[in-house]
Amino acid sequence: MIEVRDAVKNFTIRSSGVRTRVTAVDGISFTVGAGEFVGYLGPNGAGKSTTIKMLTGILTASSGSVRVAGLDPSRQRTTLARRIGVVFGQRTTLWWDLPLRDSLTLIRHLYKVESRVHRARLDELTELLGLGPFLGTPVRQLSLGQRMRGDLTAALLHAPPLLVLDEPTIGLDVVSKATVRDFLQRLNAEQGTTILLTTHDLGDIERLCDRVMIIDHGRLAYDGDLDTLRTTVDAERVLIVDLERASPPIRIDGVETVRVEGPRQWLTIPRGLNAAAVVAAVARRHEVRDIALREPDIEDVVTRLYLR
Amino acid sequence: MIFLRVASYAFRRQAAYRAAAASGVLTNTVFGVVRAYVLIALWQARPSLGGYHVADAVAYCFLTQALIGPVNIFAGGLDLVERIRTGDVAIDLHRPVDLQAWWLADDLGRAAFALLFRGGAPLLFGVFAFRLPVPGPLVWLEFLLSVLLAVLVSFGLRYLVTLLVFWLHDDRGIRSVAFIASMFFSGMVLPLVVFPGWLGGLSRVLPWAALIQVPADVFLGKGPDLLDAYALQVVWAVTLIGGGRLLTRATRRKLVIHGG
Repeated sequence: MIEVRDAVKNFTIRSSGVRTRVTAVDGISFTVGAGEFVGYLGPNGAGKSTTIKMLTGILTASSGSVRVAGLDPSRQRTTLARRIGVVFGQRTTLWWDLPLRDSLTLIRHLYKVESRVHRARLDELTELLGLGPFLGTPVRQLSLGQRMRGDLTAALLHAPPLLVLDEPTIGLDVVSKATVRDFLQRLNAEQGTTILLTTHDLGDIERLCDRVMIIDHGRLAYDGDLDTLRTTVDAERVLIVDLERASPPIRIDGVETVRVEGPRQWLTIPRGLNAAAVVAAVARRHEVRDIALREPDIEDVVTRLYLR
Repeated sequence: MIFLRVASYAFRRQAAYRAAAASGVLTNTVFGVVRAYVLIALWQARPSLGGYHVADAVAYCFLTQALIGPVNIFAGGLDLVERIRTGDVAIDLHRPVDLQAWWLADDLGRAAFALLFRGGAPLLFGVFAFRLPVPGPLVWLEFLLSVLLAVLVSFGLRYLVTLLVFWLHDDRGIRSVAFIASMFFSGMVLPLVVFPGWLGGLSRVLPWAALIQVPADVFLGKGPDLLDAYALQVVWAVTLIGGGRLLTRATRRKLVIHGG
């Protein structure tokens, strides 16, 4: 479905007369097969959005080759647009001042979907995403979660075999996030839609993706499944302990106390050590009011991965 | 047809902001009265200046006030400028449709609304308040065609200004240049017929003349032959929109999208 080989994207930036070349994507290669659900991660500025824009033909690769659904995105952008669905989470394709339904009608004409097919598809998506109550509401009055569901519908009306999502859950509350995730999971499982998802939300990846690709400084730093990623980068978990009263740093073998603030202390637990044993050891030796274990989040994992 | 739909949506988008349209009508009319008295004073001091009589000058004034909305004389660029600045243009560029044609359709929808709901009122007010002569139906038709051409020229100019934002990354400089040029050379500040010598001659063939001066002259039955008037507008519309097409292609090759 997607084939990227040695893709590079340079930008020339002029600042007070001085031209500098910035390499946003620095030679990445990957393939995504039909029916896969792939998470695409990386810190801000890593080159995620640039990759997405090359995949959709909005930007042309400076060198290397990009093929999506058998097409060259930059040369066959229009044909490609009819075969893929794209959602930019921070932007909307809907008309701000018009009812959601009207935007979807215009998109039907844009993608040349037959009226009968459109109606069936819209009914199905309305049902799955619960659009019913706000189809007649102007988009500017929709909540972010409703708008995102509207945008997902707009991207899927022409039943594309590939869906590219750029941070679709950004800013959504937990309920809206769950709705979007459930929907994407069904779409992938029941209709076999290939999905490429960029996100900063590890929850999205954990719930949805069989495979993760991580990009940093324009290079692909990891490509594989999430568990392997966690073990290979050996990111530490953090134990946050609230003691009854301020004490000197807790000392336990193999565990480092990295921060002390009054009665609260932060301990890092290496991957190989049993967290339950550490918790028990802390509880035995100190009067503990509360305790919390924080799994490494995506930024930690990515940072670790890149620092190696 | 997708473009008809885009145009009708643009029309309805304007209609969503009735208070803005109403206040536009009010300001355009009030300023029309103010300008009318300035022009009356000028033509009383210099009768038949530039081949206009006092009544022509007053009619000219209300015509230009009526055209402010349709040709969007104060705008500088299109709404697309804001989309380029924020990066929302990524959405426009992804759509399986021609970028320029899309925004032309959008602008025609906007102009149609402005003509109907912002243009009519100042003109009618001028006609009644100053007892201006009303031309026959044929002249109205000729005038409407000239307004349509003016909107096309205006779009051509504003689209070019807009695309420059892709290269300059900010529109403030270019917009103020475009604003001054269109105010002065369109005949908005003073009819171009009063400009003397080479400056007058030049200003009457520049693209901005096609926005206000030419349609106003078609209405008043002044200035060059009707066909020459149309020819000037068509030449500029084709040149500017054609230039916009070329620049679109160049821009696509060398694009930077803001905001990640």
